[in-house]
Amino acid sequence: MILRLFRIRGGVHPPEHKHPTASRPIEACPLPARLYVPLQQHIGAPAEPVVQVGEKVLKGQLIGHAQGPVSAPVHAPTSGTVTTIAPHAAPHPSGLPVVCVTIEPDGEDRWESAPAETDPFLLTPREIGERVAAAGIVGMGGAAFPSAVKLGAATRTPIHTLIINGGECEPYLTCDDRLMRERAVEVIDGVRIMLHGTQATRALIAIEENKPSAIRELKRAARIDERVMVVRIPALYPMGSEKHMIQTLTGRELPPGRLPADLGLIVHNVATAFAVHRAVRFGRPLISRIVTVGGGALREPRNREVLIGTPIEDLVECCGGFAEEPARLLMGGPMMGQVIPWNAPVVKGTSGVIALTREEIHIGETRACIRCGRCVSACPVGLMPLEMASRIRADQFDGAVDHGLNDCISCGSCAFVCPASIPLVQFFNFAKGELVARKTAQDKSQVLKLMAEQRQARLEREAREKAEAAARKKAEREAAKRAEQEAAARETGT
Amino acid sequence: MYAAIVVLTAMGLSLGFVLGLAARLFRVEADPVAEKIEALMPGSQCGQCGYPGCKPAAEALARGEASVTLCPPGGRALAEELAQLLGVQADLSGVKDAVPMLARVDEDLCIGCLKCLRACPTDAVIGAAKQIHCVLPEACSGCGKCVDVCPTECMQMLPIEPTVRTWRWPKPVLAAA
Repeated sequence: MILRLFRIRGGVHPPEHKHPTASRPIEACPLPARLYVPLQQHIGAPAEPVVQVGEKVLKGQLIGHAQGPVSAPVHAPTSGTVTTIAPHAAPHPSGLPVVCVTIEPDGEDRWESAPAETDPFLLTPREIGERVAAAGIVGMGGAAFPSAVKLGAATRTPIHTLIINGGECEPYLTCDDRLMRERAVEVIDGVRIMLHGTQATRALIAIEENKPSAIRELKRAARIDERVMVVRIPALYPMGSEKHMIQTLTGRELPPGRLPADLGLIVHNVATAFAVHRAVRFGRPLISRIVTVGGGALREPRNREVLIGTPIEDLVECCGGFAEEPARLLMGGPMMGQVIPWNAPVVKGTSGVIALTREEIHIGETRACIRCGRCVSACPVGLMPLEMASRIRADQFDGAVDHGLNDCISCGSCAFVCPASIPLVQFFNFAKGELVARKTAQDKSQVLKLMAEQRQARLEREAREKAEAAARKKAEREAAKRAEQEAAARETGT
Repeated sequence: MYAAIVVLTAMGLSLGFVLGLAARLFRVEADPVAEKIEALMPGSQCGQCGYPGCKPAAEALARGEASVTLCPPGGRALAEELAQLLGVQADLSGVKDAVPMLARVDEDLCIGCLKCLRACPTDAVIGAAKQIHCVLPEACSGCGKCVDVCPTECMQMLPIEPTVRTWRWPKPVLAAA
């Protein structure tokens, strides 16, 4: 069966830089001296710690349970002692700390429970969702949205197609490529479990054409199930974006503000499929992931299977350290990745740690916009980045929203092609943050206004009640006085 | 020609009559602009604008006696909205978004006098007589009224520390192009 593919608009072809890591197998990383496991590694509410300082934990033991409907639990990546539960540098561009559970490994790496295999196809879809939630699985392509919430959406709206995202369009990153090549059988098993969990009728595994070995391996492994189909898609950035993958495969454009589930689709990353296989078949929580450690500043760029919470420093150390001082350290790929602090740990959404040299980032001097329109033809959403940026520069956020700021996916294609080196995507990120900040301030001001009004009403009511009570007392006093006088008059009269 | 004159005159008179009647029947008591302005204002009656509360400030704005940049807690966003509503061009370059502040009680100095609790326009202070008070950050508007009345100077206004959740990207700084 041949699937008809559809074109997306825009897109760019950044230099791939994938070969230094793509040709080498995944290697394990030695246990670091300390693991910093953040309680918030996902979109939604942070997990609540359930361990105490000084407590001994075993590998895979729950250390933070999910709070609220959109959240994910956190597990101990190895056995050891909890030394602190305190703020530590987060893998976030702000460099601000988040609460982390620090574990000092005892070196035994002892699991909490013995391995036990269950047949996932005997479970109900609901049970699969529960197991995925309990394992703390989040979207591993980078957005880190709790996967169980997505799978659970299938119980509300019927899903016909499960799309597995093997795009990996970001330069440098090869962790999904290596995973698909080396663990194709497990990935396909995870896909089949998710098919069972969502009751979808087919699964499309979309892989960019620049990963021929991964396509071959997955095609071979997918022979056991005719519902699973491996699709070769063109290599174009940002093909790995959920919206663009849907458009390529189905020809349908996701309307603003709608979810793929509204179109009967659900999109998961290949690494998520692998994590689902481990969680549902073997009951193992998400405590490690494959990370591409790359970039020109690194001595031995590799794909490493890393425990969640491993500090970036240790990760770089086990890849031979730096050949030269990196000009920029990124988490994720160079297009959408974020600058992170040195001592931040690896989290569930870390697909890569990229140390770039000065030549690789080549920031040109920003010059004036000549309205050449290259950003317009590069924008995969069909926006006009130059118009949006000029408005944001003048702080006209409403104007930028009118030009589609809320539809911008911050992919960075516009800034990549801009011949004047204008930091377009940085302007959009700033404006999006500003809009959120304004919304929160407005919401708070509404609440405060209500509180001020209620206080005013209460003060008035209290004053009124006081006056009424005073009036009543006065009337009583006068009545008593009158009665006294009348009694006295009667007495004198008799 | 006479017919046209008669018809137009009759139309003018009758429409004028209807309009006059409508103006009498549907007369609006308050100044609707002032009401609209008040709806935009923070409403905490903090008095930082120099008027006794948000309503008098809104009335002054509607009369054109006050500048749209009068409200420090509203900041730049409010000034922009007000300028749009009133149709005036305002110079917003001088308006800086005040760093949002929150009141906090120093537990070592609080004597539980209840003064701040009574002064707070949004009931953000909780406590009882001779008990250490506490400020609910969600309810604090940062107006600073409590600081003025505190006899032991234990109430402090502190800038809100950004967290990973509240941190926002700064505006890119461009070299003069």
